[in-house]
Amino acid sequence: MGTIDRIAEPWGTRTPYGTGEPWPVRVDTRLDDGLTEADVDAWFQSATILHSNGDGLDIAVKDGRIVGVRGRATDRVNHGRLGPKDLFGYQANNSADRLTSPLVRRDGRLVETGWETAMSMVADRTEELLKERGPSSIGFYTTGQLFLEEYYTLALIAHGGIGTNHVDGNTRLCTATAAAALKESFGSDGQPGSYTDVDHADVIALYGHNVAETQTVLWSRILDRLAGPNPPRILCVDPRRTPVAEAATVHLAPRPGTNVALMNALLHEIVANDWVDHAYVDQHAVGFDELAKQVASCDVDWAAEICDVPADDLRAAARLLGQAERLLSTVLQGFYQSHQATAAAVQVNNVNLLRGMLGKPGCGILQMNGQPTAQNTRECGADGDLPGFRNWANDEQVKDLARVWNVEPAQIPHYSEPTHLMQMMRYVEDGSIRFLYVSGTNPAVSLPELGRIRDVLSQERLFLVVQDIFLSETAQLADVVLPAATWGEKTGTFTNADRTVHLSEKAVDPPGQARPDLDIFLDYARRLDLRDKDGEPLVTWSDPEGAFEGWKACSAGRPCDYSGLTYSKLRGGSGIQWPCNDEHPDGTERIYVDGEFWSAPSYCESYGKDLVTGAPVEPVEYKAMNPDGKAVIKAAEYLPPHEPPSAEFPYLLTTGRTLYHFHTRTKTGRVPQLQAAAPDVWIEMSAEDSAVHGWDEGDLLRVSTARGGVEARLRVSGIRRSTLFLPFHYGYWDTPGGSGPAERGRAANELTITDWDPCSKQPLFKSAAARVERISVADGPSRAPTTTASRPVAGASVPETRGGAAAAVLERLE
Amino acid sequence: MKNKVGLAIEELHRAESDLAAELLRASDRHKVGHDIFYLGHDLARWSEQHVHKLAEHGRNYGLDLDADDSGLMATIRRRGAELAGRRHDPGLLLLKDLREIHRQAAGVSLDWEILAQTAQALKDEGLLRLSQECHPQTLRQLRWANASLKTNAAQIMVTP
Repeated sequence: MGTIDRIAEPWGTRTPYGTGEPWPVRVDTRLDDGLTEADVDAWFQSATILHSNGDGLDIAVKDGRIVGVRGRATDRVNHGRLGPKDLFGYQANNSADRLTSPLVRRDGRLVETGWETAMSMVADRTEELLKERGPSSIGFYTTGQLFLEEYYTLALIAHGGIGTNHVDGNTRLCTATAAAALKESFGSDGQPGSYTDVDHADVIALYGHNVAETQTVLWSRILDRLAGPNPPRILCVDPRRTPVAEAATVHLAPRPGTNVALMNALLHEIVANDWVDHAYVDQHAVGFDELAKQVASCDVDWAAEICDVPADDLRAAARLLGQAERLLSTVLQGFYQSHQATAAAVQVNNVNLLRGMLGKPGCGILQMNGQPTAQNTRECGADGDLPGFRNWANDEQVKDLARVWNVEPAQIPHYSEPTHLMQMMRYVEDGSIRFLYVSGTNPAVSLPELGRIRDVLSQERLFLVVQDIFLSETAQLADVVLPAATWGEKTGTFTNADRTVHLSEKAVDPPGQARPDLDIFLDYARRLDLRDKDGEPLVTWSDPEGAFEGWKACSAGRPCDYSGLTYSKLRGGSGIQWPCNDEHPDGTERIYVDGEFWSAPSYCESYGKDLVTGAPVEPVEYKAMNPDGKAVIKAAEYLPPHEPPSAEFPYLLTTGRTLYHFHTRTKTGRVPQLQAAAPDVWIEMSAEDSAVHGWDEGDLLRVSTARGGVEARLRVSGIRRSTLFLPFHYGYWDTPGGSGPAERGRAANELTITDWDPCSKQPLFKSAAARVERISVADGPSRAPTTTASRPVAGASVPETRGGAAAAVLERLE
Repeated sequence: MKNKVGLAIEELHRAESDLAAELLRASDRHKVGHDIFYLGHDLARWSEQHVHKLAEHGRNYGLDLDADDSGLMATIRRRGAELAGRRHDPGLLLLKDLREIHRQAAGVSLDWEILAQTAQALKDEGLLRLSQECHPQTLRQLRWANASLKTNAAQIMVTP
């Protein structure tokens, strides 16, 4: 037992363990200064919401106010641990900046009003447009941060009630590729792996996944394995020198945009050395021959040239994969937000398939999520897909959903795949969408090419509704702003990246007039008087538990089966992994055991797509290719990136995140410890490149692309040569500009390109051609964290990132 | 015999060149529809590669075909000029362009069928390999045009 500065030590104290042993418990507790556990009035069960890991925690309440958090020792995900964002982030709930009243635009300004006025404006405009222009003039854009009950209700309202095909979540920016890659390989979304695979794996391969910063507790688990007997070997693919790269046996730092070339070379080596589990492949997969043909010419020398990675490193990486006995593969934004996103992520699935390493302890794939509830956005259909992983191209499944909702099948749009976000923005731009209802996300900072996005969202003819907890950059552009309650102020469930469902209890009342998102959606549905085919109210519930029961009925029999779960079952102990039903009453640790998949033509969520063109595979084709519902080994050719470096723009710019912030900092920027750890934007460049220019740590640089410019202080870091990195968290709400730049650009997305993966439709944030110039010489170092991938190169004189007494956290080892 | 095969290769060479031009032209015309823009370029590259390979193989049949894109550029300029001055609803124009790409790709696909059949009859293994390599990409271009049209049609048609 002791205290530790968790800003300086983001992963806390090591608790080493060996292969297959239980991960020791370490309970992390943080309370407001001066308080001890004895001062707490009550604890309320929940889980973490500033990343996708889903760590179980309890919320401490004193005098009706949230005063701290404590990890849940019994939870399967974290065994008591919490990350820095969770330990300090709860304070954002209590921020004085919270929205406490609805706002409406009058004479160009947002003014306070009551719920009646605000909601009748929203409902009236919806009804007007439905009459004048029909459902395709209405769009919904939600998040990966609401609760399951809220997404399912929204999907029902939008698809079953209003009948629009324009529904998406910001999961499109985040993990649409995770879903797409799983659909391509296994016929359905759903993570094959489990976090416990870390306990058993002998090789862990992380592709574009800086887990040390995005899921700190999962990295603690890996660090504890690395500190114990028989540590796993690590393969890291990342253009930056991340903490994962530091710990890796092999680190590949490819040129941004070349992931498919890299993967094809690794697969080439696996095939050429015959590290293939032929029995597994023959029995449980289709498509091996096409893959072998595709990668036959992709040798390591070919890839070394394209990726700018030493051929011997590629060979060493392939050897790690090929000789692994228990291989865990994980993937995140370095693949998902880069060129040929789905094609690259699918090749990772192919590695595990070729090696026959699925559905056994230590043998798994985690196509990771970024946000806490992204899995629910996808399951419930708030990303536009049909709820319960139903296949929009399968009429029987559409009919089944219509049965659950008691509507006519024709009411549910399924004539083409759902409209993805970037296409929705295009429809807003061309004026065919006139009403956009944004909940819990901030497109005015998080979408590519912000100059364009601000123009699109500021149009007079667009009626923009923003439901949020703070007056975000996007909210400042809205016609109506609806103040929402957040985590700790409402009840609901959510599911992490290894299918673990947690219940999150209401601990305190929301501030002022703020309401739970569910209550706002229910109010909206009531005002629109949405009815089923018998004239009864379409939405039959009025509270979270009712919505959850509705979802259980909808998910029953589908891969993401929740029918065996109840709120009371989720109370008290650990989170539970779906599918959870009569057959698996305690949930399911690993799916795809014994090579059984959900890919039968009648059952699968998707027939797949062409990885280059994005064209959906026709049902007949799929039935011919995969009649028996095996895994699909899908090959892809490498295509050169769409915006290569040029004489004018010689660098490749990649954007990303830091450990201390989440998304556009709406919460973390209002938390003193987190904000102090990473207070402002920076730009990373290699020592080699900065030496060529004669620039030093802290110099003020201007980085530009064909879209715009951003000013930031230089951090000379371990990033690969010819590559620049900008964190995307920093927008304008805490600058004079408010919703956009007053003078200088600060948001990384001023620079990014409007282009997306043809298959997952995920925008590409990680490969834009850029130039950089120096504006002024340093008056001190940049303020990038020194504990993470932005660590300065050796010899630089930069003060260490420390939180001091304000960041003290209690650790209890058991 | 050789002459007829030469004619078929020449015809396919022209058709692939036209298809590449059509893809690039549609791509540039619908720059604001970003997927059409980028995919149009990616898919035109396949046709350009086919043009190159056909020119190479055409030599076996005494043909002297352009292997590079100089002919292609001329086609684009010519087509571009044809269009000058026309005005369309941009959405409808997109549907029309996708329809045209689909029509041309369907023609190219049939031309590859003809060549593949001919190659088998002549036991021209090089020509057979060529069509086996290229034809699947034509089919993917075709499916893309179809899928893209399907995705866009409803919104374009029902919007007042």
